[in-house]
Order: sequence, then C-alpha cells, then structure tokens
Amino acid sequence: MNPKRKKRLLIVLFILGGAGTAIGLTLYALSQNINLFYSPTQIAKGEAPLNTRIRAGGMVVDGSVVRDPDSLRVEFAVTDFENSVPIVYSGILPDLFREGQGIVAQGEMDAQGKLQAVEVLAKHDENYMPPEVAEALEKAGKMPKPEGQEFNK
Amino acid sequence: MAVKWLPRWFFQLASPRWCYQITGMLIPWFAVVSITLVVLGTIWGLAFAPADYQQGNSFRIIYLHVPAAILAQSFYMLMALAGAIGLIWKMKVADMVAKSVAPIGASLAVLALLTGAIWGKPTWGSWWVWDARLTSMLVLLFLYLGVIALNSAIESETTAGQATAVLSLVGLVNIPIIKYSVEWWNTLHQPASFKLTEKPAMPPEMWVPLLVMVIGFYTLFGLALMLRLRNEILQRERRASWVRDLLSVKA
Repeated sequence: MNPKRKKRLLIVLFILGGAGTAIGLTLYALSQNINLFYSPTQIAKGEAPLNTRIRAGGMVVDGSVVRDPDSLRVEFAVTDFENSVPIVYSGILPDLFREGQGIVAQGEMDAQGKLQAVEVLAKHDENYMPPEVAEALEKAGKMPKPEGQEFNK
Repeated sequence: MAVKWLPRWFFQLASPRWCYQITGMLIPWFAVVSITLVVLGTIWGLAFAPADYQQGNSFRIIYLHVPAAILAQSFYMLMALAGAIGLIWKMKVADMVAKSVAPIGASLAVLALLTGAIWGKPTWGSWWVWDARLTSMLVLLFLYLGVIALNSAIESETTAGQATAVLSLVGLVNIPIIKYSVEWWNTLHQPASFKLTEKPAMPPEMWVPLLVMVIGFYTLFGLALMLRLRNEILQRERRASWVRDLLSVKA
C-alpha cells in the first residue's frame, strides 16, 4: 500500500475510532436514561424517581391478577424474580396480557408503593411456536420463560 | 499487483466500464433467483407456515419486517465500506455504489419501521415506543436521509463522495447499537430469535421461509442496487467514449 493510501486509511480508522469512543462514552453516561423501564429490583432499591411518571417492567406474577367485577380496574404484580411491584390499572389491557407475560406499565408510584398505571404494554419475547407445540410444551412443563435478567439490565 | 489470490474480475469491478458489463451479465440471474425466492417465501410464510400460539396470524409480518431490517443494516455497512474504499483508494465506482445504495437502504429502513409499527399496535398495544431498538433504527433512517441530502447538496461528485463517506463512517457506530440495544438495555422490543451460538427460538416450519425471504431480499435489492449503479455509471461516464458508443448504437 503506498504511503498516501496508508495515511488515508489511518484517517478512516481514526474517524471510526473517534466516533465510536465518543458515542460509546455518551451512551455509557446515559445508560440509565436509555432503559425503557425500571425493573422491580431497581424500584425496590429506590433507584426510580418518586412523584413522576415512570415505567416499570417485569413478568406478571402467577395468580396475582385481581379484576374488579364492576369496572375495568385490575390489580396485579410484576416481578423480575427478585422483587415485585404491585400495579393498579383501569383500562383495556393488551391482548397478550396474561399471567406469566412480560409487560411494561407506565404510571406513578403512590404512597402505598403501588404503581398507578395509565398505560400497560405487552412485551413479547423472542419465542415463536405453533399452538400445538406450545400446548405440548405446556403439558410437559417445558414452556420457555423469560429469565429475570431479561428485565434487569 | 499486490494481492495475487483475488480473481481478475474483482479488480476489473473498479473500472466503470467493466463494472457496467459485469453487472449487466449478473442482472438476469439475480432477477430470476430473487423473484423465485421472494414469491416462494411470501407464499410459504403467509399461507403455509403455522400461526404463532400467542400472536396468531399477525406474526406473519415477520416475513417482511426481519428481512427489511437486516437489509437496511447490511446496506448501511455496504455504504460505509464503499465510502471508505472511495476515500482511501479514490475509486470512482466505490463512490457510485455508496451513492446508489443510500435510497434503497432508506426505503428498507422505512419498511422495517412501518411493519414494526403495524405489528406493535396489536402485539404491544402501541404503534411506537421510544425504546433503544426503535430509536436507534430511526437514527439509521435519519443517517440515510442525511447521506442522501448531503449527496444532492454538493455539486462536485468527488467532494460529495468524500463528505458522504465521512458521514456514513461516523454513522457506522449506530449499527452495533441497533444490534445490541436489546441486550444492553431494557427495551420493549424482544431480543433476537436467532443467535449464532444457540438454536433458533422458533421451529424450522417458521424460520425456513424466513431464511428464504432474507436471501430473496438480498438478491432482489442487490438487483435494485445494480440497476441504480449502472444508471449512475452511465451518467457520470457520459463523456467516455465507450458510453458514447453504447448510446449511439442503441439510438
């Protein structure tokens, strides 16, 4: 490679390295702001701000869903398998909402430590399968479940 | 020549004239293969692949969304690589490739974002969420638009090539961010279903048509790229004698 091209190659590598470092450091500094939601553990540790709207994400705890018979009000808890956060929501839940499903709820923490949600979104996981396979796995108790770290980064 | 193990045609690609001829020979093959694969993949994915246990039929948008997203990123890397080659070796054809690929990549990024939104509404309950994956993908679209705008804002072809190459190289940082956003941060978008080290998180009945679609998209948009590139070559080399001969024969 002749010296001129070598010099230009070095400039290109320098651009890549410089941009990479600058953006890497920025993202590292902002890492908490980039997370879409707080995990139940972060909320339990008090890392989530109070009196402002936050998002909490986790798996809906089995058997925790309590629906009000007269209204759309529903109470449930989400967990990252270390801690859990109770959530209260009045409104229409996404179709994918069910026990054991990952969800992200947006709302404010109240004085009792419950999240008063104004929006609940379902978080789909990476597993796709036909219904028959899902049924067979369910019967065998081998249904893939998201792990705690999925919600705790 | 310094590198002896590469075939002769590879070096010939650097000459606009030879590049025009080689792509001309490839185009019919790419046309046949891409149309076969895309038609096969579409019918297979939409009609024969099983429905998902949770999402039902709405998951089938994966057969458009995933290939579009993969290609939008691949083409960005191609654009940055071509830009770097243009910068270092001052190769005209590399600049032309970088210029031709930008609008195709931008369209694919739009397609990925749109199909994602259409899938997000029934699945998540929202068209758009500002999570790391969706936002970095939107940044990719803006980078493409920036490259296109910069290209048309600078009149001199050489300067435009250099400026867009630098922009695409800086923006290259975004590619690993898109890829790893779902692993580094809490996002609403799910992690990848396909990893090099693990078996896919879906059965072959579902991923084989997806693979067919991905290869089909590569050939189809490779074809689109070659068509654009040939136009670009003719336009920039319009004063060269071979282009004049070619045009006078046709006219």
